[in-house]
Amino acid sequence: MSLFRTELRRLAKRRFARWMTAAGLLVLVLVAAGLFISNQKIGPEQWAEAERAADRQHQEQVQWAEQERVNCERAKAAGDAVDYYPSDCAEISAPPREVIEAQWFLPSTFNFRESFGDLLIPLAGILAMVGFVVGASFVGAEWNTGGMMNLLLWRPKRLTVLLTKLGALLTGLLALALPASVAWFGSLWLVATWRGTTEKMTSGVWQSFLLTGLRGIVLAMVATTVGFALASLGRHTAMALGGAIAVMVVGQVGLGILLGVAGVRFAEAWLLPTYAYAWMTKTVTLQDWRSCHATYSGECKPATLDITWQQSSLLFTVAVVVFLGAAMWAMRRRDIT
Amino acid sequence: MPAVLEIEGLRKTYRSRRRGTRNALDGFDMRVEAGQVHGFLGPNGSGKTTTLRTLLGLIGPDGGRMTILGHPVPEALPQVAGQVGAIVESPQFFPHFTARDTLSLLASAGEVPAQRVDEVLELVGLRDRAGERVKTYSLGMKQRLAVASALLKNPRLLILDEPANGLDPGGIREMRTLMRNLAESGMTVVLSSHILGEIQLICDSVTIISLGRRVAFGPVDEVLAQHSSGAVRVRLEAVTDLPAAAAALTRAGVRVTPNHDHLMLAGVDKPATVTRLLAEQGLYVSELAPVAVDLESVFLELTATAPVPGQHRQVDQSVRIDGAEPSAPAGGGWGA
Repeated sequence: MSLFRTELRRLAKRRFARWMTAAGLLVLVLVAAGLFISNQKIGPEQWAEAERAADRQHQEQVQWAEQERVNCERAKAAGDAVDYYPSDCAEISAPPREVIEAQWFLPSTFNFRESFGDLLIPLAGILAMVGFVVGASFVGAEWNTGGMMNLLLWRPKRLTVLLTKLGALLTGLLALALPASVAWFGSLWLVATWRGTTEKMTSGVWQSFLLTGLRGIVLAMVATTVGFALASLGRHTAMALGGAIAVMVVGQVGLGILLGVAGVRFAEAWLLPTYAYAWMTKTVTLQDWRSCHATYSGECKPATLDITWQQSSLLFTVAVVVFLGAAMWAMRRRDIT
Repeated sequence: MPAVLEIEGLRKTYRSRRRGTRNALDGFDMRVEAGQVHGFLGPNGSGKTTTLRTLLGLIGPDGGRMTILGHPVPEALPQVAGQVGAIVESPQFFPHFTARDTLSLLASAGEVPAQRVDEVLELVGLRDRAGERVKTYSLGMKQRLAVASALLKNPRLLILDEPANGLDPGGIREMRTLMRNLAESGMTVVLSSHILGEIQLICDSVTIISLGRRVAFGPVDEVLAQHSSGAVRVRLEAVTDLPAAAAALTRAGVRVTPNHDHLMLAGVDKPATVTRLLAEQGLYVSELAPVAVDLESVFLELTATAPVPGQHRQVDQSVRIDGAEPSAPAGGGWGA
């Protein structure tokens, strides 16, 4: 227990962990501020303004139609062969006023029910990124600076040391993620209250948000564990960060281009972000636009492939088992020089 | 005296496709008795640090037996780790923590009372600089911090690898006094160092390692005596009598090397016989001095690492105790 408390203290004292946490939280604050600034609450004034905007739009349409009808008649009289005018210039007319809906001209408003679920994805992404980088640095810098060797002179049980460090790291992540998620919810609820609406929040919606939030925290914990394991395996922070950059540039962007060139069906199914997105949204439906499944009405629909959160969970489990297993094996077997 | 540390037949082999097989430790033996300051000497790449790392569980041995405080290691390391303070090689600490944070975290991990941190900071002279980040420290200050971290547990066995590295002369003297005081308080100290004068001054016993094997061991006086050549320097009242004296001594079976104002004699068991022999010839001795051997010369002789004019000795060029040429280079390069 003393080792666990020590590692928590060590994590809290690390400047890099503090800066990365602050940077992640700052991004969330900026996003919330952006949402606050770019949205408005809809009331009678906004509706009235939208009606006026729709009227203006209709007037413009009427003037334009009138102008075009005159141009059409002039062209017909001159005998010009212009095929973009109808044969009867009287057919050019403005749409009726009721077709132009006032709601099109309403300012952007923040609907908590519709938007909060999607906005849990950037929260999870930022937590995962902070977790990965801090996790890698937490153990990588220890290896790199000799801190791990010093610690092992005090606590020779290597696996206990490694797993206690990981436990402290994940506890630290939870200590960040839970309040951050609550604060994220609170700030977006305030944005919705002041700059939108919090209506239609049923118990089912709350439950869905809660589960999505939990999946986001699990995603952050997986990323943290993988970052920690990679850095421990390479005994350097750069091993994890370099590995992540290599995977993203070569393994994702490069692979994506290659699959696109090769014309592979459902190329996104080979890319990691698809699985992260599927994990958060429960299902991602990929479409192959080059295929055509004809319907009875003659409509052409693309072939689809569903990536589900269960498939994502399998991938994450394999990643954690492989990387953490390798790090534990290396910790147990390799000489410390 | 009971042994605090015992090593028998320790082996460590590094295998590399590119560099082949290297025996860093080739059946190494060592014994350190309680309450001693024990010097652990060897040229670069001889296996000193590999031995210490293996003893402390950082490197897995390929063979042999080790015990610390009567417990077999590495199996029983968790039981004895609290009684062993160690620094291995150059001091390494997280650069952005202060010395106090560094020691406080170690103390917390090892369940050592927090006030011990201030005690060891005082002991190594870092009390007033304890709040500064380690990255601002000189090598000598880092070395002091490393010693402080090793002393934090108030260990029964203290293992220090090159503790005088980077220390100023005053620091070296303080370190020497500290080692002696610790030994007098009952702590056993194993000291690996290349400053052989220091070792000779403060150590009760030594082990010398070369190419992964022990080449000498025992109390410092005994090791020096074993490798004393019995050399004696003789001066006569009249320098002109030197040739006659050399002839008389040679006839008596003594190996004589004449010099312009004195003779060097080798293989003399009792210097008094020289006086008597020359007096019988009417030659009167003005100086008869046994030539003392020091640890440095013994070390250089045993490890065959004395510098030779015009030659550049390579790290692994050392000598095997059996006189054979090493079949494979031993050690792991600098500091191994």
